[in-house]
Amino acid sequence: MSNSYLKSSIPELAKALRDKKISAVELCELFFERIKKHKDLNSYISVFEKESLIQASLLDEEGFSEKDPLLKGIPISLKDIFMLEGKKTTCASKMLENYIAPYDATVTKRLKEQRAIIIGKNNMDEFAMGSSNEHSYFGPVKNPWDTTRVSGGSSGGSAAAVSAGLSQISFGTDTGGSVRLPASYTGILGLKPTYGRVSRYGVVAFASSLDQPGPMARNVHDLAIAYDAVAGFDKYDSTTSSNRAESIYEYLLKDNRKELTHQTIGIPTAFMKDGVNKDIVKSFEETLSLIKKLGFKTVDIELPHAKYALDVYYIVNPGEASSNLSRFDGIRFGYRDKEYKDLGSLYSGSRGEGFGEEVKRRIMLGTFVLSAGYYEAYFAKAAKVRSLIKQDFETAYTKCNAILMPVSPFTAFKLGEKMDDPLAMYLSDIFMVPVNIAALPSLAFPTGFDTGGLPIGMQLIGKPFDEKNIFGITRLIEMEKQDCFNRISIE
Amino acid sequence: MNKYDVVIGLEIHAQLSTKSKMFCRCANTYGLEPNTSICPVCTGQAGALPVINGRAVEYALRTALALNCKVNSTSVFSRKNYFYPDLPKGYQISQYDEPLAEHGGTEIILKDGKTKNIGITRVHMEEDAGKNIHDDKNSYVDLNRAGVPLVEIVSDPDITSPEEAVLYFKKLKTILEYIETCDCNMEEGNLRCDANISLKPAGRTAFGTKVEIKNLNSFRFLEKALSYEIERQTKALDVDEKIIQETRLFDSNKSVTRAMRKKEEANDYRYFPEPDLGPLVLARPFIDKLSSGLIELPDARIKRFVAEYNLSYYEADLFCSDKTLASYYEDTVKATGDTKLCSSWIQTVVLKALNDNKINVKDLTITPRAFSELLLLIKDGSINQNTGKDVFEEMLKSGKSAKVIVEDKGLSQIHDEGLIEQIVEEVIRESSVQVEQYRSGKVAVMGFLVGMVMKKSGGKAKPAVVNELLKKKLG
Repeated sequence: MSNSYLKSSIPELAKALRDKKISAVELCELFFERIKKHKDLNSYISVFEKESLIQASLLDEEGFSEKDPLLKGIPISLKDIFMLEGKKTTCASKMLENYIAPYDATVTKRLKEQRAIIIGKNNMDEFAMGSSNEHSYFGPVKNPWDTTRVSGGSSGGSAAAVSAGLSQISFGTDTGGSVRLPASYTGILGLKPTYGRVSRYGVVAFASSLDQPGPMARNVHDLAIAYDAVAGFDKYDSTTSSNRAESIYEYLLKDNRKELTHQTIGIPTAFMKDGVNKDIVKSFEETLSLIKKLGFKTVDIELPHAKYALDVYYIVNPGEASSNLSRFDGIRFGYRDKEYKDLGSLYSGSRGEGFGEEVKRRIMLGTFVLSAGYYEAYFAKAAKVRSLIKQDFETAYTKCNAILMPVSPFTAFKLGEKMDDPLAMYLSDIFMVPVNIAALPSLAFPTGFDTGGLPIGMQLIGKPFDEKNIFGITRLIEMEKQDCFNRISIE
Repeated sequence: MNKYDVVIGLEIHAQLSTKSKMFCRCANTYGLEPNTSICPVCTGQAGALPVINGRAVEYALRTALALNCKVNSTSVFSRKNYFYPDLPKGYQISQYDEPLAEHGGTEIILKDGKTKNIGITRVHMEEDAGKNIHDDKNSYVDLNRAGVPLVEIVSDPDITSPEEAVLYFKKLKTILEYIETCDCNMEEGNLRCDANISLKPAGRTAFGTKVEIKNLNSFRFLEKALSYEIERQTKALDVDEKIIQETRLFDSNKSVTRAMRKKEEANDYRYFPEPDLGPLVLARPFIDKLSSGLIELPDARIKRFVAEYNLSYYEADLFCSDKTLASYYEDTVKATGDTKLCSSWIQTVVLKALNDNKINVKDLTITPRAFSELLLLIKDGSINQNTGKDVFEEMLKSGKSAKVIVEDKGLSQIHDEGLIEQIVEEVIRESSVQVEQYRSGKVAVMGFLVGMVMKKSGGKAKPAVVNELLKKKLG
């Protein structure tokens, strides 16, 4: 069957299902065919072919109507960090290789309520720690644009799958860029919502004060539909906001050009002046001209403390992670060393063997920054700098409505290139981390390709809980630059 | 004067008697089958998040207010990190540098009748851990208790003897029972105590090295462990031996404490603010409402009993140390109008019965109303005190009312003076020796004669009437 639906958006697929041009079963089969064809990308850890087809056939029997949610019958995937009851949730770790989720994450539950078909769970960096998706117990994810290169991390499996048409949309998590970076390395869109917008319940915790689940898609409408399905208050996550999350998709269907284009976009020129790949600079300038052409004003903004964001991040993140990962002790679930002699060796054996190198590096870092005698110098100080970075953005937002920046200073690098140099790897995230530190929403979208044919991405950073605005602006850009959006990376 | 000053501070953990756990909806019920009241949250499953139980906050707040603490309108939950099989998340959610409440205190009454204030440093909320169970071969973990809400009440180092420590612990128990935030069942571990103790040369201000004794879960153990520790530390200091800062356990079989771990081996708990929960912000009106809604506390009740019922301090304290007993007394007084009779009967008959049957006053089947009925029969002379005691016993056994028992057994006193007169005359006839003695001035013989009449009447004659008649007849 020729795959004429490969480039369809969710609303288009929903219409085809309603019009019985295609059945949910057929749609699923198309995806499974491609998943098998591109198995070598290693973008999935588990695939649920049998269950998905059964679910699809039940939906076909029931039929599709206008009243149904747009996601009904749409094949989607989840980063293997979301609890999906009765299925393995591995976090790409030996520690959880055989961990069967005993409950659904709130994100999972909401997607099930929409009756989307969860066809599989995506590869990732172990416990979401990494920027290249090479730190997976199940092997690295390959970039479908160039399989010798990384997909970006940590939600690399999700990005590769969506980019290659192995899933209509996927959900990742973004702690310091883990949705936006792989989205940009694979030429798709990714949203890091405002902290507190999407429930973290049932998402294996990495750095709790920074983690946000976020959708990944090939076009703005799909991204909005995915976001609408999961956003909003959750009584099981005390850090979710009670601010009402209005439907972004409904908003995008209206003509918002006028109200949007009188806005001002902030450009942090000083912050991004060094070390950015020239193709990315060029793409940034093109995007800027386009924005101006659309009628937006631009203004130069200062983010004086943003340069410390990475330092703050590598204190807060390992600190919280070291505590969050304490529960993986081999006692109740997860990997247990078979040859323990006593409690101490049960702990050290299980954790020593169950966790990978990067995870252990962060646990050690985190244990150090939290320990008595160092807490004030590191963790407490980082908390103070964190509020300064937040203030920087607050000040900037007195002059502008959103901020435009590249996602990363460079495009997808070679597999193995930065594996022995964690600091070089950490630098990938320099433009994204301030956003997590300041708890803001940011939407990464594709703006073109470098001279080597690798995708480039920009991000629009919004005010807190103002996802609507960055969606709206991105949609205007999408309509102008359709060739950059909705690309399938591989035949 | 003692050579050393003793400095003691107590950390008391009280399980809050809420229906559900601190951060999830699992039942907070003691004695269930292992691992039957658990969920993803309290077993520390990956991805699970805590949600604060509002009722637990209310209970903790009530506790803090009853201990005269200053409530912090913003307090912060922190993670206390350490590994132990009964701690599912690898950290305990507790409060650290910004606790719920601080700077409180409560008074204890010393043996010499003087009152002493014991300061309370802080009251904070936390979750309980599970329980490790061991047999010969294996160790097991029961997580039913994991996540049960606790308040930790930390005293100032104001306590100077094991006796004071016990008085303070008992006082806290009474208060917790009054405000009904903890079941205070020490055998079930509802109420647990750790003690910090150090000695210093008498009069010196700087504290000595302290030792912490863990898990002293009865008043007796607390007293014994502290006494042992004073003796041990005194001996050591006498020969200039250094006290090691350490955690010790009390061996109740041998009444000694033993070193568990030294300070260097102690955990670095790596406290940091719990990112899964925002700061706990309490609205002032909410605090004020709880504060004004607080029921009468033991100290106030004792004062009122002394003033209102004309009781001695000893009596008032005896009744008020148990909320139910105090109410039992008050209800009985209301129904009988006789503060003294109620007091003496509760102190003797009721407390003896509780003691003999090893039950608490709340388990007593004789209600204050039924008890008052009995007291009224005594008061109006229908039965005498001794008969009353028998009736009380019968009430306990059969559950029948005092009136029914008195009627059924014909225990009512004889009011017919003619009948009593007949018996009196009979006794005078039969006891000529004693009658002679009485008449020659040996007044004490009267008791014997009265006893004879009572015996012949089957205890139903009114002693006062008998007395009067005898005097009259013997002239």
